[in-house]
Amino acid sequence: MSSTPERIADPWGPRTPYAPGTPWPVRTDTHLANGVGEEDVQRWVRSASILHSNGDALDIAVRDGRIVGVRGRANDRVNRGRLGPKDLFGWQANHSPDRLTRPLVRENGQLVESDWHTAMDRVVSRTRSLLDERGPGAVGFYTSGQLFLEEYYTLAVLAHAGIRTNHLDGNTRLCTATAAEALKETFGSDGQPGSYEDVDHADAIALFGHNAAETQTVLWMRILDRLEGSDPPRLLCVDPRYTPVAQRADVHLAPRPGTNVALLNALLHEIIRTGRIDRAFIDAHTVGFDELASRVEPCTPRWAAGICDVPAAQIERAAELLGGARRLLSTVLQGVYQSHQASAAAVQVNNLHLIRGMLGRPGCGLLQMNGQPTAQNTRECGADGDLPGFRNWQNDRHVAELAEIWNVEPDAIPHHGPPTHAMQMFRYAEQGSLGMLWISGTNPAVSLPELARIRSILAQERLFTVVQDLFLTETAQLADVVLPAATWGEKTGTFTNTDRTVHLSEKAVEPPGEARPDLDIFLDFAARMDFRDKDGGPLIGWRDAEGAFAAWQRCSAGRPCDYTGLSYDRLRHGSGIQWPCTEDAPDGTARLYTDGFTHAHPDRCESYGKDMVTGATVTPVEYRSLNPDGKAVIKAAAYLPPHEDSSPEYPLQLITGRTVYHFHTRTKTGRAPELDAAAPDVWAEISPAEAAAQGLAAGDLVQVTTPRGAIRARLRTTAIRDGVVFVPFHYGYWDTPRGHRPPDDRPGRAANETTVTDWDPLSKQPLFKTSAARMTLVSRRGTATDGTDRTGSTA
Amino acid sequence: MSGIDTVLRTLHDDERDLEQDLLAAAERHRAEHEFHHVATDVARWSREHATRLAALGRDLSGPREHPSPGALAALREKASQALGRRPETGLLLLHDLRDLHLAAVRNSLHWEMLAQAAQATRERNLLELVSACHPQTLRQMRWTNTMIKVLSPQLLVSA
Repeated sequence: MSSTPERIADPWGPRTPYAPGTPWPVRTDTHLANGVGEEDVQRWVRSASILHSNGDALDIAVRDGRIVGVRGRANDRVNRGRLGPKDLFGWQANHSPDRLTRPLVRENGQLVESDWHTAMDRVVSRTRSLLDERGPGAVGFYTSGQLFLEEYYTLAVLAHAGIRTNHLDGNTRLCTATAAEALKETFGSDGQPGSYEDVDHADAIALFGHNAAETQTVLWMRILDRLEGSDPPRLLCVDPRYTPVAQRADVHLAPRPGTNVALLNALLHEIIRTGRIDRAFIDAHTVGFDELASRVEPCTPRWAAGICDVPAAQIERAAELLGGARRLLSTVLQGVYQSHQASAAAVQVNNLHLIRGMLGRPGCGLLQMNGQPTAQNTRECGADGDLPGFRNWQNDRHVAELAEIWNVEPDAIPHHGPPTHAMQMFRYAEQGSLGMLWISGTNPAVSLPELARIRSILAQERLFTVVQDLFLTETAQLADVVLPAATWGEKTGTFTNTDRTVHLSEKAVEPPGEARPDLDIFLDFAARMDFRDKDGGPLIGWRDAEGAFAAWQRCSAGRPCDYTGLSYDRLRHGSGIQWPCTEDAPDGTARLYTDGFTHAHPDRCESYGKDMVTGATVTPVEYRSLNPDGKAVIKAAAYLPPHEDSSPEYPLQLITGRTVYHFHTRTKTGRAPELDAAAPDVWAEISPAEAAAQGLAAGDLVQVTTPRGAIRARLRTTAIRDGVVFVPFHYGYWDTPRGHRPPDDRPGRAANETTVTDWDPLSKQPLFKTSAARMTLVSRRGTATDGTDRTGSTA
Repeated sequence: MSGIDTVLRTLHDDERDLEQDLLAAAERHRAEHEFHHVATDVARWSREHATRLAALGRDLSGPREHPSPGALAALREKASQALGRRPETGLLLLHDLRDLHLAAVRNSLHWEMLAQAAQATRERNLLELVSACHPQTLRQMRWTNTMIKVLSPQLLVSA
């Protein structure tokens, strides 16, 4: 089918219904630039989507050295040819005239154009002086969920064993850290249990805080096609908003934000009370059931109803749906991960599958989702600070293994404590002990909570900031050195989606000007720093993407994320393949845990776990005595009241989130005309009843204020829970007069001006769905001309 | 007063003190966000312990009221935010964590004494109370210990 702006109006396109257990039909989506036909395309270059975590395989259309469109790949297991709106239109940002084409350095307070030698020399000399004067703890790296595997692995080696710092994280901290943590807590190791094929087999699908319709449009198409086919699955949606998912759900629960643990405990209570548990599975494969049973015993639907403000009968209906399922698929995303008690709640969804024995079989799937396209690689390669290959920093044998792979002494790899997460790095920078922060492919000046604080940290004279990006983002404007990076379509590498599918993305066109692949920049830095192994050889011996991939394969061997059976050649001639892919499983692995939970063994596990309230680490001895045989760990959690709740002064609960048309801080999607036109400016959403109570109406310009700050936005009234205000987080300032911050005399438009600095003590993921707020009228609809009048359409 | 009563009273007062100390430290280190929030969460355990100890019906006074954040608290909070930019506050945090850890260890030992005495005297009420509360005290200890482990390298070496 040809795709035109109707895919803006209908992001999911036409239906291709199918029956349970049958293959999902093909539907090939294509979008080419105006006036270009398929016959005009000179080359189709293999890649996958880079603007969400779904991993939709696509080919990039090239004509005369420019990208002119994309086409979904019909033979790929993930999308069977389909693409979402961001895939169809987002590629246009590559050719945006304001791409960075030369390095910039700060001179007399201003960023001025420079050259690579000067810029890298500044980075290297500052790194060296900090290492000499204050040691590796003064240097930190904050990377992305959008680079390629080869780049993350290279960065992880240079940070862990070159600089020898513990301060390394990705912005995956904001989107997927809780997924990783929940998997570690339950299964001993990161690694997605389920597979997208579980959609084809499930008779019940539960989406917990996961607005798949907007965040993973192609996954939602697959679910829609099941719903339109024979014998459709029943659908449960847990979301305070009346999302497109909620509209199709058999049961929709809209709990008060911050009460997920109470709700999940009540669901578990009902499952256990009604005897819908798989006793044989529990006995054979888990530890900890008795504690869970006693913990949730008092958590009746009636009890939870009082906390979550959801009718007890609705909770019972939801438990009936979950308890009656024979093939249950659950997915979890930001409504859980960015909310109060994030990890504790995500773990309860794991528990649901364990006590029902619903794992490792077709349709019995668990998808702890990712937010970003390459977040999985950030995690497995250790660019989130974890040791690469899901190795355990508390296990000396794992450290020794890594030291052997890198040919360094074990004590050269910092493992005296957990890695420093992003929020803590910013705290160290605020307090002065971190002297240099190298930010690649992310935009904390818009994406982190409490932006006035973040801007003031980044603007400090004493903090040397390097920013590596495609555009002069809000963050780049505060940097000391700006390095122009090549992006998707301009470099070669692999990346892995949320269901472990690895794709190869090949270079289609040259990057603009002097922009370089992130890999080349890291390799250049490593060469200039002259990092050595213990025998005096170069620490990083590879020079290109394929060399980095080979090094990573060796590092991954024998670990849960084993890549040894893959190669560029195989990925080039087939399509996506799911890890682990080994000699024994050459076609990859659809589902983990088809036969026990081997990764949870004390000798093998990535983590011994953490306390469900405090985040305190469990010791190896404690873990070994709790789980000597390596079973799945059922961890109970008590509900705790949110840290910031509504009050007479701030009567609303503020939650932030995504729209289907934008990614992250709109760095790319804001530069794609169709996507920009679809959602050009920020808005705030409350229910009609709430609006009426406050004397407000749709279209009014309102101010949303929290103890941190305020923003102004047009009001939309939607069927969201009363008492909750939703604001999309994408909007910053690069396309406003001040460039990186709000105007002097007025509140801004970035949702994170208002969000609280608080994070989950286990996963360290910031909580963007837990701020108390109030809403006031600025001016009535149609009376203001302040640039916020461009309203977008709603998906 | 029996030996058990003496330990109960001491533990009751110490749990009240630990609650206050956790809340005061949480306020002092508002700029240390994780510490601030978790300290407030685990203070709730000490409050609950003191309440339940009092509810045993022995000769113990009731727990203090939850301190309302008054003008003085607001002042301290402002001061802590201003101090948040200075490296010395890192050392202060480590010292506070050490003291909180030692207070929790002291409480843990008193819970241990009560557990042993309750078993010897077959006092089931008391044994149930200890079984419910002592694990939380141990969690307070593990948390302060973890925080010290995580923060020490940075605050002692790179500051």
